[in-house]
Amino acid sequence: MSLIESLPKVRKLTVPKADGLLPWLVPLAILLIWQAASVAGLVSPRVLPAPSDVARAGWKLLWSGELGRNIWVSFWRASIGFLIGGSIGFAFGLANGLSQLSSKLTDTTLQMIRNVPHLALIPLVILWFGIDESAKLFLVALGVFFPVYLNTLHGIRTVDPQLIEMGRVYGMTDGELFRRVIFPGALPSIFVGLRFALGIMWLTLIVAETIAASSGLGYMAMQAREFMQIDVVVLSILIYALLGKVADSASRLLERLTLSWHPAFSKH
Amino acid sequence: MQQVLRLPVSRTEVIDAPDVIRQAEAFRSQRKPSVTPAKFETRGLPLVIRDLRKAFGDNEVLRGVDLEIPAGQFVAIVGQSGCGKSTLLRLIAGLDKPTSGTISFGDAEARAEDIRVMFQEPRLLPWARVLSNVEVGLGRDRKAAGAHERARQALEEVGLAEKRDQWPSVLSGGQKQRVALARALVSGPRLLAFDEPLGALDALTRIAMQRLLERVWADQTFTAILVTHDVAEAVALADRVLVIENGRIAEDITVDLPRPRQRGSAELAALEGSILGQLLGPGPTG
Ligand SMILES: Nc1ncnc2c1ncn2[C@@H]1O[C@H](COP(=O)(O)OP(=O)(O)OP(=O)(O)O)[C@@H](O)[C@H]1O
Ligand SMILES: [Mg+2]
Repeated sequence: MSLIESLPKVRKLTVPKADGLLPWLVPLAILLIWQAASVAGLVSPRVLPAPSDVARAGWKLLWSGELGRNIWVSFWRASIGFLIGGSIGFAFGLANGLSQLSSKLTDTTLQMIRNVPHLALIPLVILWFGIDESAKLFLVALGVFFPVYLNTLHGIRTVDPQLIEMGRVYGMTDGELFRRVIFPGALPSIFVGLRFALGIMWLTLIVAETIAASSGLGYMAMQAREFMQIDVVVLSILIYALLGKVADSASRLLERLTLSWHPAFSKH
Repeated sequence: MQQVLRLPVSRTEVIDAPDVIRQAEAFRSQRKPSVTPAKFETRGLPLVIRDLRKAFGDNEVLRGVDLEIPAGQFVAIVGQSGCGKSTLLRLIAGLDKPTSGTISFGDAEARAEDIRVMFQEPRLLPWARVLSNVEVGLGRDRKAAGAHERARQALEEVGLAEKRDQWPSVLSGGQKQRVALARALVSGPRLLAFDEPLGALDALTRIAMQRLLERVWADQTFTAILVTHDVAEAVALADRVLVIENGRIAEDITVDLPRPRQRGSAELAALEGSILGQLLGPGPTG
């Protein structure tokens, strides 16, 4: 009994703060091995430049302001596209989850559109919008729409009917029922959609920027390929990974803040 | 058919008093030093049911229920599974509409807050703290001044005042049911219907909860209708046990034993045996 009680304390003493660093151990190790392999000449710099070369290229681009500008442009496109597609998806999810009529009217159509890979529309989108900003925003919004829509709908449809009955019995109005029962009940599923959508957002944007853009990270990578600057190409890829991680962390933080009631998210 | 069983009582002292009960009793004695109100001082709603019928398609579940419950009575309803106990309760609570017949609450006009149901599951909102879950029970008074205070008092009544800021997920099954009870009590209902509220609890928690129910009922003097599978629970708690069979009230048994009743006493056992005999059909003894 006393031994078991003392266990958590012991663990806390021996590994202080290590939990936060642990996830970065593997990326760091990869980086070190990569650097060592490059220095030892095991990897040709034409195939894969050393991390130090990539860092140098990044430093140069940062000083020229080019890197900051490109990241900002991509970030801006991603957020606006996400906001547009996400809100439309959320609105349709709510409407179709709450109203039979709305669901009958639009769900079949949406499911049909969903089965078209949105990146297949790139040629059409270029014809419509040229390589204008709106082309990229349209594609990102379209890609983000479906995961948000599907998961919002699913979340609302699977709210415990017993809780809804309880809310009715206790005299909640439709608005209160939505605010206090249906929306919080659907939130975990909505977050799943959000995280899917974030992944799709980057994917779509990078593909769109690689094919049709004159700025942004994808464009930077394409330019570098033309000039055989492999260090910049690798740099872009690393920045994608980092940005993806940032977006994911942000959504996790939001999840933790709003789902603190959920046993799976409660801090111990 | 009305049959009155009057049985002698030997000893009626409480043999065990779990913490819940002790806390609640302490709270009660400090709030109300006077004697418990006499039966006629009840705030409960009387209930009159006339020729109540309910059918689901071809399945006629209730076939003419006639029932009068005086204000403040504690009535238990037993019967075989699927005989329509929950259906009757849902009709009384207004969750369903009867096919025909009437349900009235004396001559008083019942407000929504006057009638409350407690289900078998606690049905707490997992994303609301214990105290806000109790506040849900206030209905439209939720936004009125003093809502917090009333919810806090109801929590104290069920002995869970210190859990007010917890999430429901960290509570035990019995504690969740007590929060659900506080939520049902907080609006000061005049009729409280229970649909097997203790069905999912273990035996010990069940007994503690039964005591709590009995105490709260005596304290707040509402009319109580308890649906249960457990005949022992019915005779331990109720003034009157109704047996439903074939869509009607087949037996109406008055339990005239003083409270608090001693669990496992010969009188209760005899009564339980006779009701079980009714439920299981004519046995070898007739
Ligand atoms: N919404 C419904 N639609 C159709 N049939 C129903 C509905 N609700 C109940 N029934 C039927 O009515 C009958 C009585 O059901 P009810 O739930 O009232 O039984 P019960 O006495 O509460 O049983 P238990 O003790 O198992 O809870 C059952 O045959 C059931 O199938
Ligand atoms: Mg039932």
